[in-house]
Amino acid sequence: MWSYTLRRILATIPTMLVVITVCYLLLHATPGGPFDTERKVSAAVLANLQAKYHLDLPLWQQYLLYLQSLLHGDLGASFRYADWSVNDLVANALPVSAAIGGGSLVLSLLIGVTLGIVAALRQNSAVDYLVMLIGNIGSAVPSFVLGPVLIIVFAILLKWLPAGGWNNFEPRFMVLPMALLTFINVSTIGRVMRGSLIEVMHSNFIRTARAKGLPTRVVVLRHALKPALLPVVSLVGPLAISSITSALVTETVFSLPGLGKLIVNGAGNRDYTLVLGLVVLIAALTVTLNLMVDLAYAWLDPKIRY
Amino acid sequence: MPTSRDMNGLAATLDDVANCTKGATRRGLWSDARRRFMRNKAAVISLGLLLLIASACAIGPWVLPHSFDSADWDAMSMGPSLKNAHFWGTDEAGRDLLVRCLIGGRISLAVGLLATLASVSLGIAWGATAGFLGGKVDALMMRIVDMMYAIPYLLIAILLVTILGREFYLVVLTITVFSWMDMARVVRGQTLALRSMEYVEAARAIGVSKARIIFGHIVPNLLGVVVIYTTVTVPGVILTESVLSFLGLGIQEPMTSWGVLIEDGARVMEVSPWILLFPAGLLSVTLYCFNFIGDGMRDALDPKER
Repeated sequence: MWSYTLRRILATIPTMLVVITVCYLLLHATPGGPFDTERKVSAAVLANLQAKYHLDLPLWQQYLLYLQSLLHGDLGASFRYADWSVNDLVANALPVSAAIGGGSLVLSLLIGVTLGIVAALRQNSAVDYLVMLIGNIGSAVPSFVLGPVLIIVFAILLKWLPAGGWNNFEPRFMVLPMALLTFINVSTIGRVMRGSLIEVMHSNFIRTARAKGLPTRVVVLRHALKPALLPVVSLVGPLAISSITSALVTETVFSLPGLGKLIVNGAGNRDYTLVLGLVVLIAALTVTLNLMVDLAYAWLDPKIRY
Repeated sequence: MPTSRDMNGLAATLDDVANCTKGATRRGLWSDARRRFMRNKAAVISLGLLLLIASACAIGPWVLPHSFDSADWDAMSMGPSLKNAHFWGTDEAGRDLLVRCLIGGRISLAVGLLATLASVSLGIAWGATAGFLGGKVDALMMRIVDMMYAIPYLLIAILLVTILGREFYLVVLTITVFSWMDMARVVRGQTLALRSMEYVEAARAIGVSKARIIFGHIVPNLLGVVVIYTTVTVPGVILTESVLSFLGLGIQEPMTSWGVLIEDGARVMEVSPWILLFPAGLLSVTLYCFNFIGDGMRDALDPKER
C-alpha cells in the first residue's frame, strides 16, 4: 500500500511538469509583450520594467524562476489588474467557488445516493421514473441552458430569488447556482447508484442473506450498500473535477465572483499570466483530486491489487 | 455467430434460427446491426429528427427571405410572428432569429463533425498503434493519454483560445486536441483483446495471412466500437463548442453558433425569452438525438455491453 501510494504521488510530478511547461511555452510563443502599450515608454523605463519581471533573462532562466516561485506558492502577477497578484485574486475567488462547488457536491451525494437507492429498490415506481428523468435531462440539456431556465422560472416569473450576483455568502444568492450544480451531479450519481445497487441485489451473497431470513432493511443497509457505493466513490473525483469546469459556466450564468468567472474574464482580457496561474492551480487541484480518488479506491476495494 | 449474440428479442432469435436452417442468406454484422437499430424506436425517430434539423440548417437560410446578419429596423426584439416572415421573432438587433439559429446550426454541426472526424482519426491511429506495438511504446503512449485525462480540458482549451485566437478552424483544432483520448483508449483495449482472441489464433493456425487477419477479423470488430464511440463523441464536441462560444471564447460575432445564440439570449431573457429558448431548445434536441442514436448504436453493434 505504501509503495503504491508513493508511486502514485511520484507519478503526478511529470504530469504537473508537462502541464506547466507546455502552458508556459505556449504563452511565450504568443506575439506581443506585456509592456507594448499605445504610449511609448522610454528605453530606460522599459529596461527597468523588464528587469523587474526578469524578462531580460534567457527563456530557460525565466522558466526556472517561474518554477521556483510556483514551488513557493507564488502564481505571479496579473497583466491587467495592475495592483493585484494572481494569489490575491485567487484568495478572493476560491472561497466562492469552493462554497458553491463543495456544497453542491455534498448535497448531490446525499440526494443522489438516496434517490438511487429508492429507485433501485422500487423499480418502475415514481421515484425510479424521477431518477431516470433527471438523468435524462442532465445528460442532454447543457448547464448553460438549464441555468438560464432556472433564472427565468425562479427569478423572473416567480421572483423568489435573485437572478444572479453575490453578496458575501448570503444564502439567497447561493441557492440557484447550487441547485443547478446539484441537479447536474444528481443526474449522474442517481443513475450510477441505481444501476450498481440493482446489480448488487442480484448477486449471490445477497440471495444468501435473504435466504438466512434477514429483513430487507438489514440486507440493504448492511450487505448491499457498501459494495454498491464503490462506483459512486469512483465518481466523486471526476464530479469534483467537473464541478471545477462547470464553475466556468455557472459563475458566468449567475455572475458569481469565483475562480471560473476569473478565468473567463482573464481569457477575455487576454490576461496571460492570470490564465496561466489559474490553469496551473486548477491542474494541481485536479491532479490532487485524482490522486486521492485512486488511493481511496485502492483502500476501499480489496480486489484491487497494486 | 449472430444467433448467440442477440439475447434481447425472442423474435430476433427465431428469425436467426429460421435463416440458419434455411441456409439461404448469411447475415453479416452490419445488416444484423441495422436490423437491431431499426427496431429501436427512439433511435430511429432521433435519426429522422436529426436529419430534419441538419437539412433545415443546410437549406433553410437559402429559402428564407432574411439574411443572418441584416437588421430589420421595423422589428427589433419582436416575438415570433408571421409579420415580415419572422417566424421565430428577431433578436435585439432586429436580425431574424430563425435564420440565425439555422446558420448557427451549420457552424455548430460543422464544428461537431470536423472535430469528431479529426479526433476519431487521431484516436484510432494512436490506439491501434499502441495496441499493435505493445510493450514500452504502448506504455509510453498510454501514459500520455493518462496525462491528457488529468488536465481539465476546458481550461487548456481556454488557454489555447486566449493565445491562438478565435478563428473557426482554431476552435475545431482546440476541441480536437482534447477529445481523442476516449477513442484511443477504447481502440487500444479492443486491439489488445482482439490480438489474443481464439478465432484470431485459429485463423493464424490454419495459415491465414496477416493482412487478412487484420482486415478480415480485427478491423470489422474494431469498427463497431469506433462507430459507437463516434456517435458518443459528436454531442460532446458540439457541447464543448457551445460552452466555449457561450463563454465568449469560441465563434465570434457576427458569425454565430448555437452557443453564441444562447449567450445572446441569456443576456436578454428577462425581456425577450424566445431569443434564448429557440436556440437552447434546438441544441438540447440535437444533443438528445445524438444520445439516443448512440444508445441505439451500442445496442445494435454490441448487444453484450448493456
